[in-house]
Amino acid sequence: MIRFSKRLSFAFRCFFSLLLQGKVPHDILQALGGTLAEVAPLAAAPKAAPVASKVEGDKPSPESLDRAVQLLGLLQRDGRLVDFLEEDVSSYPDGQLGAAVRSIHTSCRQVLERYIKLEPIIPSEEDQPVTVPTGFDLAAIKLVGNVTGEPPIRGLLRHRGWRVTEVTLPALPQGSGRAIVAPAEVEIP
Amino acid sequence: MESEFIVGIDLGTTNSALAYCEGAAAVEHARIEVESVPQLVNPNEVADRTLLPSFLYIPGDLDFPKGSLSLPWDAEPKFVIGELARKRGAEGPGRLVASAKSWLSYAAANRTSPILPWQTPEEVSKLSPVEVSSLYLQYLRTVWDVHHAAEGKGDALAELDVLLTVPASFDEEARELTRRAAEQAGLQHATLLEEPQAAFYAWLESQGDGWRKSIKIGDLVLVCDVGGGTTDFSLIAVSEENGDLALQRVAVGDHILLGGDNMDLALARLLQQRLEAEGHRIDTYQLQGLWHLCRAAKEHLFEHSKSQKQDVTLLGKGRKLVGGTIKTELLREDLNRVLVEGFFPKVGSDEMPARQRRIGFQELGLPYAADAAVTKHLARFLSQQMQNSLEAVNIRRGRSGLACPTHVLFNGGVMKADVLRGRLVEVLNHWLTEEGFEVLGAANVLDAPDLEHAVARGAAYYGKARRGLGVRIRSGASRTYYVGIESAMPAVPGMEAPLKALCVVPFGMEEGTEAMVPNRAFGLVVGEPAEFRFLSSTIRKQDHVGDLLENWGSEIEELSPLEVTLTLEGRQGAVLPVRLQSRVTEIGTLELWCVSSDGADRWKLELNIREKNEQ
Repeated sequence: MIRFSKRLSFAFRCFFSLLLQGKVPHDILQALGGTLAEVAPLAAAPKAAPVASKVEGDKPSPESLDRAVQLLGLLQRDGRLVDFLEEDVSSYPDGQLGAAVRSIHTSCRQVLERYIKLEPIIPSEEDQPVTVPTGFDLAAIKLVGNVTGEPPIRGLLRHRGWRVTEVTLPALPQGSGRAIVAPAEVEIP
Repeated sequence: MESEFIVGIDLGTTNSALAYCEGAAAVEHARIEVESVPQLVNPNEVADRTLLPSFLYIPGDLDFPKGSLSLPWDAEPKFVIGELARKRGAEGPGRLVASAKSWLSYAAANRTSPILPWQTPEEVSKLSPVEVSSLYLQYLRTVWDVHHAAEGKGDALAELDVLLTVPASFDEEARELTRRAAEQAGLQHATLLEEPQAAFYAWLESQGDGWRKSIKIGDLVLVCDVGGGTTDFSLIAVSEENGDLALQRVAVGDHILLGGDNMDLALARLLQQRLEAEGHRIDTYQLQGLWHLCRAAKEHLFEHSKSQKQDVTLLGKGRKLVGGTIKTELLREDLNRVLVEGFFPKVGSDEMPARQRRIGFQELGLPYAADAAVTKHLARFLSQQMQNSLEAVNIRRGRSGLACPTHVLFNGGVMKADVLRGRLVEVLNHWLTEEGFEVLGAANVLDAPDLEHAVARGAAYYGKARRGLGVRIRSGASRTYYVGIESAMPAVPGMEAPLKALCVVPFGMEEGTEAMVPNRAFGLVVGEPAEFRFLSSTIRKQDHVGDLLENWGSEIEELSPLEVTLTLEGRQGAVLPVRLQSRVTEIGTLELWCVSSDGADRWKLELNIREKNEQ
């Protein structure tokens, strides 16, 4: 059991920290036996997708690689993203490029909405002051400019960042299908 | 049983849905839930949807990678049902079954034989319209059982009261076939309910007890249901019974194969013409894409009344994505011209839709409506109600006799669009003014929320109402039924003996009642099949049981014959006098019986749906 005076101090710090920064200070979490990951899970494991067992085929590849191909495949299937990136667009007029991009944007965005939930790491206004708390995660917050002193540090939010909160990819295809981003199409007359 | 559910299933032409409520709770607390239906939406991908697209794809060996069609409850399903079926069907229509329900009601096709997919290579094993409908129901049954009756616990759908909706325009044959489909799917307690009524129940549910304030005695509600593939009209009259409001369905329209799909296709064709005028070539595959894009653009424009146009971009095929991109626009003006003026033109109440063309060797496919004007079909429906009616019910009529509704209830995805609702009300108001009535205001347009699921929800609500826990619409037989009697006249070469029609079931004959046809006995040979010609009418409502008619013009249509074989111990070959008895069952189907004159023996007449087309 933590001493009362410490509990009181934690309570006040949590209160202001939640109010101003939207999160519980890292050291308090640790003292209470929790970890940051429990409160804000980073890149959670795919939930809906059943974990694939053994990979079939000649060259077994780890599932994470298959998942990367799969995501590319989804962006291609619904959004034609790979076709777009692989095309030389330098010769097309902006109007034509714009028309295609609008359509690709809409459909790729739908893919993200469906399969990957994203949230900003620091959900406040960009170009406004924020406080980087003690014990922050260097992977989640990158300090730029005149980086000196000890956290908590005040600074201006230049980019809110993105974090994946949930991945719900469909089941992986079997065997050689895992390397396919888009199947070739052959029309039988 | 721990908890008992009542389930409503909307077996739609383009989408099906399932809703349910707890049977034990009082009707005002009956929270109706829409069941989510997991389905393949892409190969390898199962997702939850609240609608199950009524599409079935028969995969061949070359269609999908192995194992990519696996469902949580079936590793290798024989058929693909739902969203993936619709998608894949757009790429290769030869193996796709669509609009199975419309085939159910199409008497010129042999509905119990494997005829679907229609016009398809020999190697594809076909299914009958009844089987396809049954497969949709089986799918929903499996989903329900996985969700609610896992490991043998809970309530399997086969054991529950299921309310299954059919278009009001379904005749006895189509209803009987739907009933068989439910039976084949293992639904043991399925009751049929007409869709417009279900939509009305959904409105009742949304109003709670407040509905009594919205309508009063003498009112006449027009239910206007324009779905993806079909248009259906019904009239519901509000009358008084024991001091309380009573509802009665007093008229149903014909089956009109006209709906939102026609509208989207019309828009796609328009844009195709526009693009081709600019020198682009649009192939069938791209037209499919255009169809899909037009639907989305239309919905956007209907939802955002201020935007005047919506871009429609058809991406290039293959690797030339940007290079092959074609762009055009769908203008609000296009919507007004093609949809509002094309499908909902301002017409007089005497303007009837163009009749179906009859060409000698008409290609046998679904009999799509020849006239796309929904308002003309409505004019015909309302004026058909002018000649005849039930004596018991007072329908509000105008100077010309036109049935004049006091309220409109919209249903079906198409009627989500305010512009189209507005136009329909405008046309109706024009007619009402001509007939000397006040126009319909906003309060006269009844709003059922959640149009996509309204029919399924309403069906579940009706399930409660049937148990005496809510107000019921009295409906009974949706048509008048007759048995054909060939006149005893000298035969004239080349002429059929004139047929007389003996009324056996009057319009509106109530569920759970029976009637004996008076003053007429038939002599049937024991041990030999006897056949009765069977006819029906949606227009003639004044006929009573036993009335004998001649010269009915186009008011009566012939259905499949009825057949009965009398079997009686030791009486082979004898001629037995029988009387006809009709019955409307509690589940909404019709039964005809032969009763021996002493009343000791009864034989049921069965619709002979198969034999009609195997001449």
